[in-house]
Amino acid sequence: MSDVLRMERMPHIWCPGCGIGSEVNSFAEAVKRSGIDPKKLVVVSGIGCTGRVAGYVNFDSIHTTHGRAIPVATGVKLANPDLTVVVFSGEGDLTGIGGNHLIHAARRNMDLVVICNNNFTYGMTGGQVTPTTPNSAIASTTPYGNYEYPFSLPFLVDAAGATYIARWTSMHSRNVTQSIEEALLRKGFSFIEVISPCTTLYLRRNRLGDGVDMLQHYQENSILKHGCDTRETAIDYQGKIVVGKFVDKNKPTYLEGVDKCCVKLVGDDYQLYGKTIPEREAEEKAEKERIAARRAAMAATEAQGEEAVPAKPRKALAAKVKKAPAKAPKKAAAAPKAAKKAAVKPVKKTAAKAPAKKVAAKAVKKAAPKAVKKAAPKATVKTKAMAKAAPKKTRK
Amino acid sequence: MKTKLSGVSEQANVRSSGRYAGTKTVTADPKGVDSGPHFMDGDHAIAEGALAAGCRFFAGYPITPSTEAAERFAERAPEVGALFIQMEDELASIAALIGAAWGGQKCMTVTCGPGFSLMTENLGLACMTETPMVIANVQRGGPSTGLPTLTAQQDMMQARYGPHGDNAIIALCPDSPQECFDLTVEAFNLSEFYRVPVIILTDETVGHMHEKVVIPPADQIQVVPRNNYSGPKEDCRPYKFDSQGGHPMVRAGDGYNFHITGLTHNEKGYPVMTADQNKIVVTHLMEKINGNADMIIRLDEDQIDGAEVVVVSYGITSRIAVKAIQDARKEGIKVGSLRMITIWPFCEKRIREISSKVKAIVVPEINYGQMVLEVERNAGGRCKVISVNHCGGAVHDPEVILDAIRKAIQ
Repeated sequence: MSDVLRMERMPHIWCPGCGIGSEVNSFAEAVKRSGIDPKKLVVVSGIGCTGRVAGYVNFDSIHTTHGRAIPVATGVKLANPDLTVVVFSGEGDLTGIGGNHLIHAARRNMDLVVICNNNFTYGMTGGQVTPTTPNSAIASTTPYGNYEYPFSLPFLVDAAGATYIARWTSMHSRNVTQSIEEALLRKGFSFIEVISPCTTLYLRRNRLGDGVDMLQHYQENSILKHGCDTRETAIDYQGKIVVGKFVDKNKPTYLEGVDKCCVKLVGDDYQLYGKTIPEREAEEKAEKERIAARRAAMAATEAQGEEAVPAKPRKALAAKVKKAPAKAPKKAAAAPKAAKKAAVKPVKKTAAKAPAKKVAAKAVKKAAPKAVKKAAPKATVKTKAMAKAAPKKTRK
Repeated sequence: MKTKLSGVSEQANVRSSGRYAGTKTVTADPKGVDSGPHFMDGDHAIAEGALAAGCRFFAGYPITPSTEAAERFAERAPEVGALFIQMEDELASIAALIGAAWGGQKCMTVTCGPGFSLMTENLGLACMTETPMVIANVQRGGPSTGLPTLTAQQDMMQARYGPHGDNAIIALCPDSPQECFDLTVEAFNLSEFYRVPVIILTDETVGHMHEKVVIPPADQIQVVPRNNYSGPKEDCRPYKFDSQGGHPMVRAGDGYNFHITGLTHNEKGYPVMTADQNKIVVTHLMEKINGNADMIIRLDEDQIDGAEVVVVSYGITSRIAVKAIQDARKEGIKVGSLRMITIWPFCEKRIREISSKVKAIVVPEINYGQMVLEVERNAGGRCKVISVNHCGGAVHDPEVILDAIRKAIQ
């Protein structure tokens, strides 16, 4: 992890039991696993506890004003489309003061990855109510209980036009990793919400115990529903939390729209910042190949490691994430109770499923490097297609 | 590169020596330069000036009377290979500029008072992170929504003191569409060199006034190119707190893993929130501009030597003042003119010099009296300072300024 973090800035400011640390961990892991060039990664944060992420990650990073991380990130991305731009901030920052920017970036399908730490509280300023604080929850500015109604963020960004939406809790760190990895490798506006405990303020004020108690709560109350209709993702006070990948669809990004329009107008000579579309496409293709090569190399090293240490829980959970999309939505549509069981069960089940996955993985790794390159994108395409089909079913 | 004001300015007192010391200027990229004579308004000239200066990113939000500049840029962007984006509001527009600047592009936005009020938030961040950008404020009457389609010079102090905390910016005041073009190029050069937001403080009259604008050939336009750091990673510092300009930017994607923040920081960009560090940072930000004021400031002076009265003006008001000055001279009054092309940093030294030699300084402006406060402060009681204020909505009647000149010598 030390290569991904600015170790000279440690220790960090986050409290014991806070979920942000594990999210940063997941993020760092996802960056490594994605195979993207870390030099081309820019992390932008707003203000608040989560806003400090930009200051700890060892990438080009910008710590902006309150709520403005998304427009700053938009500027970075549009100034240099080669960059992968991640916004890492809290729900107060992104959906309160920055709510307008969030919906407009989603509407434009701006090519950004937005990771939203949702802890139902303004932590840095002492635990005030936020746009997602569940009704009746106590905050320092709602000392007698919150009488407002919260945003359901997946529903909000879905309505606004986001093309990738996932929600997990800080208990699902491997799924968070998986989602961030997927988001880093895709184009368009990706929104990943992570429900996380604020031990010092939200949990203490609401007498909900400590971080471990909250993880237990997440464990018991998370309902895995890949492809779930985002209208059904609202969170009540200490209620059930629908998690999963809800949306994953293709739509032209903002820059693709610009290109399409301008090439019609100017012709094939059209350049953005001195580069024609074919030139940019060639660069993008070359970068994709480099990413694939890095992923193949990583897979090869991992395979070697696996032979020495057989049982790796990470593999097991990754398998769970990939297999779940096909099954979960059907169950969710048919019988919510069954889905609830499914949410808890896969954690245990995956241990049994893992060997089969491993065999498959090994088979891929044994094949020629070129085949591996091709295999990796195919796998993601498959899950995308599944997720794409799923929402239709549930919405009907 | 300079407009001639008939009757007033024979030559501009341009102190350009050493202005961009240590930085090589290059000729403009011909792709952005629409050379030749044009008939265009000030807003359009601003957009053309930006393109000529190498600006390739524009984020804006429509607001009268500045919108035409955004429209011009949007229209020209595809052929020049630039990008225009209309953001959701002014907060986002200037935020996008900060991102774009660190992403490697020269960038600008245009707005007027209500939009500028929103922009002051990230104008502060841009000052703090020493981010080069150009913001044109085509002023209209205020306060609040005020007079959307009518002129004013009411945002002079806001431009300087809008953002909270101590910081310094550069602001230029064009008085014609030609100067809108010239000064936009200049604004980018200053912005790149000093790594500071530069504000073009024009007004509705100049913004909407159509005049002849001659855009010179690209090889006659000198621009300060973006200076990106390219040295070893361990020596990379986004900042250097030495109260000077000319320091390189660090570009996202170049592998330096820079960090910038609005928090009080060290040269590495990392937060250091102490009183001592705040002193270092604030002193640097202020002195970078104020300490180099002599190199930054451009003034257009006429017949100040031997004058009894000097009219200190800026922007569109200086063109109204021409008539009053001419008439006063016909009456035998020795009147000099000082037109402030650079309004911030303020020409403190020059006002001090003049105040000790003249009977009075007359300051006409389309506001309730803003820059006159700076003149009074620097005149320090050595001469009379007469404010000829005029609230928003229209330019002065030259007769009012003439009356003030007459009174000044009594």
